[in-house]
Amino acid sequence: MKPQAPRFDAFDADACREIAQDLANHEGPLLPILHALQDRFGYIDQAALPVIADVLNLSRAEVHGVVTFYHDFRSRPPGRHVVKICRAEACQALGAQKLFDEVAAASAENGAVTVEAVYCLGNCALSPAALIDGDLHGRLDTTRTLDLVAGR
Amino acid sequence: MTTKIYVPCDAASLSMGAEAVADAIRESGADVAVTRTGTRGLLWLEPLLEIEISGRRVGFGPVTPDDVPGILTRGEAHPLCLGPVEDIPYLKSQQRLTFQRCGVIDPVSLDDYKAHGGLKGLTHAVAMAPQAIVEEVTESGLRGRGGAGFPTGIKWNTVLKAKAPQKYIVCNADEGDSGTFADRILMEGDPFLLIEGMAIAGRAVGATRGYIYLRSEYPHAFRTLSRAIETARAAGVLGDDVLGSGVAFDMEVRLGAGAYICGEETSLLESLEGRRGQVRFKPPLPAVEGLFNKPTVINNVLSLAAVPTILAEGAAYYRDFGTGRSRGTLPIQLGGNVKRGGLIERAFGLSLREIVEDYGGGTLTGQPVHAVQVGGPLGAYWPTALFDTPLDYEAFAARGGMVGHGGVVVFDDTVDMAQQARFAFEFCAIESCGKCTPCRIGSTRGAETMDRVIAGDGEAVNLVRDLCGVMQDGSLCALGGLTHMPVLSALDNFPDHFPNQFPGAARDAAE
Ligand SMILES: Cc1cc2nc3c(=O)[nH]c(=O)nc-3n(C[C@H](O)[C@H](O)[C@H](O)COP(=O)(O)O)c2cc1C
Ligand code: SF4
Ligand code: FES
Repeated sequence: MKPQAPRFDAFDADACREIAQDLANHEGPLLPILHALQDRFGYIDQAALPVIADVLNLSRAEVHGVVTFYHDFRSRPPGRHVVKICRAEACQALGAQKLFDEVAAASAENGAVTVEAVYCLGNCALSPAALIDGDLHGRLDTTRTLDLVAGR
Repeated sequence: MTTKIYVPCDAASLSMGAEAVADAIRESGADVAVTRTGTRGLLWLEPLLEIEISGRRVGFGPVTPDDVPGILTRGEAHPLCLGPVEDIPYLKSQQRLTFQRCGVIDPVSLDDYKAHGGLKGLTHAVAMAPQAIVEEVTESGLRGRGGAGFPTGIKWNTVLKAKAPQKYIVCNADEGDSGTFADRILMEGDPFLLIEGMAIAGRAVGATRGYIYLRSEYPHAFRTLSRAIETARAAGVLGDDVLGSGVAFDMEVRLGAGAYICGEETSLLESLEGRRGQVRFKPPLPAVEGLFNKPTVINNVLSLAAVPTILAEGAAYYRDFGTGRSRGTLPIQLGGNVKRGGLIERAFGLSLREIVEDYGGGTLTGQPVHAVQVGGPLGAYWPTALFDTPLDYEAFAARGGMVGHGGVVVFDDTVDMAQQARFAFEFCAIESCGKCTPCRIGSTRGAETMDRVIAGDGEAVNLVRDLCGVMQDGSLCALGGLTHMPVLSALDNFPDHFPNQFPGAARDAAE
């Protein structure tokens, strides 16, 4: 079975409020809410901030501060495919920087593919590694990475 | 007769195509029963298939889907046959305590876990007084595996003594250090062990709630842990009445959001509370005022996962492994440019040479080994001349390095140590929480200054050294405070890579 590439819903303030309200009574609910929003919409829309602030009784600035602190949370919608390439030391030892540069360059014109840097995926014995739409791959080179993305 | 086959399903084996191998077995139509396991940690052999033959699990690997029909018909005569897995020297020479079940059992089967000795530690613990559990852990000599090596029993005792209506157990599963993956392998291969360890910790200090703070880069571990927690709850291992003891303990997994600094314990707590992951001033210690200002045990995955063995077999059993003040076993993670990368759980004291050459078999590229970095992005770079250093906390500290979480990353002779030193600053700049100036600004200046060094400006090397001193002295936490370690070890141990520095600069500083 071929895994389905993630497809994200268009941002919707009502759905956003519902998600926030569902999680609001957890201890420390802000990160779980942000993850749920990003899972659903692919990014954190600016319009989500006042909604979350209202539900959690925080200031908008506080929510903004948290969203911008964490590398995971995007401010713009990603492409249909998200490729997170490891740029950390074990992968550097087998050419990760070149892999990252080449895949990023090859995908630059392609709005359907978002390439992001990550620092270690826990696959350091099988470097270079990347998460492609959430699936981990090892021993990558540029051609194989681009083929894997194209095959999805 | 139905043949038993084992196929791993942890993230590393999946990254090499284990799912397609499992599909090929299913499609072969052979009379087989497939169990999905974690990985044994012999990662260069993944996907490693195991077939039960005459009562022993015989390994084949690395296997592609095309190899499957041949393996199923030819069995041990197939060229990919490795013989009984437990006789493979890489594994046979290990002392597996924490990882004894990894790759052996179905990670989400509680029955499998129990059949392999699981829950023995917790069963003992619920019949013991909390103080006695803490003493057992103290006696074992267990030191935190997250990097700092702080005695676990002493930390627990502080939380036990603290009076509060609510206490917490927090598992640090941020595993941000590059070159490390033991936490991941454990969580994906034997999640009940971590759950059991946390439940014991809860019983020991009087905490009823636990959180696993898991990095978001580990989606597979998230799924495995979530399933295991549900199963444990349904079986009464978690919940209001842990193993019928009348004592409550429950837990959930929380995802980080791609910030390395959130592995630092106080930043992690801020993050769990829903804030920016900025480091807190200490004191108060988390053991006194931790999560939501309540007394909190915060331990690494491997520290907590060592606890069930200690409670099951006794403190003396655990302490008898290891050397000096480094007791028990250390799960070493060997990666980077290495032929046989994987997980090596051994008593402390193995030398770097044994790890890189005997286990690792040299580089994957076949070029000479030139350097290893030990202990993650803040760890030192070691030249081959120092490969006789034994891997224990004190021996490493004495030579200006650290064991950290036990990651060993190998580089061949194409490595450019000036670039590695530059990256250490760059990483610090990307991941700085921004609380202190030396770290926030110094790291960016450091990367710029390294650019000058790389461009041939020898004088800039001295600026780099000064900057390292400022960051070391003026940083609140080890991110800014230890960035000098990779930088200066690169400079001092690999002077040939910095040809333009003032003559003797490296040697003067080393003296
Ligand atoms: C920058 C930084 C990153 C850290 N990352 C981790 C980590 O990913 N995992 C971990 O267990 N400890 C990490 N630590 C260490 C923790 O602060 C803390 O010492 C540890 O969680 C305590 O658990 P232990 O005693 O069981 O080791 C980090 C520390 C620093 C300064
Ligand atoms: S050293 Fe860096 S990461 Fe640590 S507290 Fe200071 S600014 Fe934050
Ligand atoms: S360093 Fe790339 S996966 Fe760990």
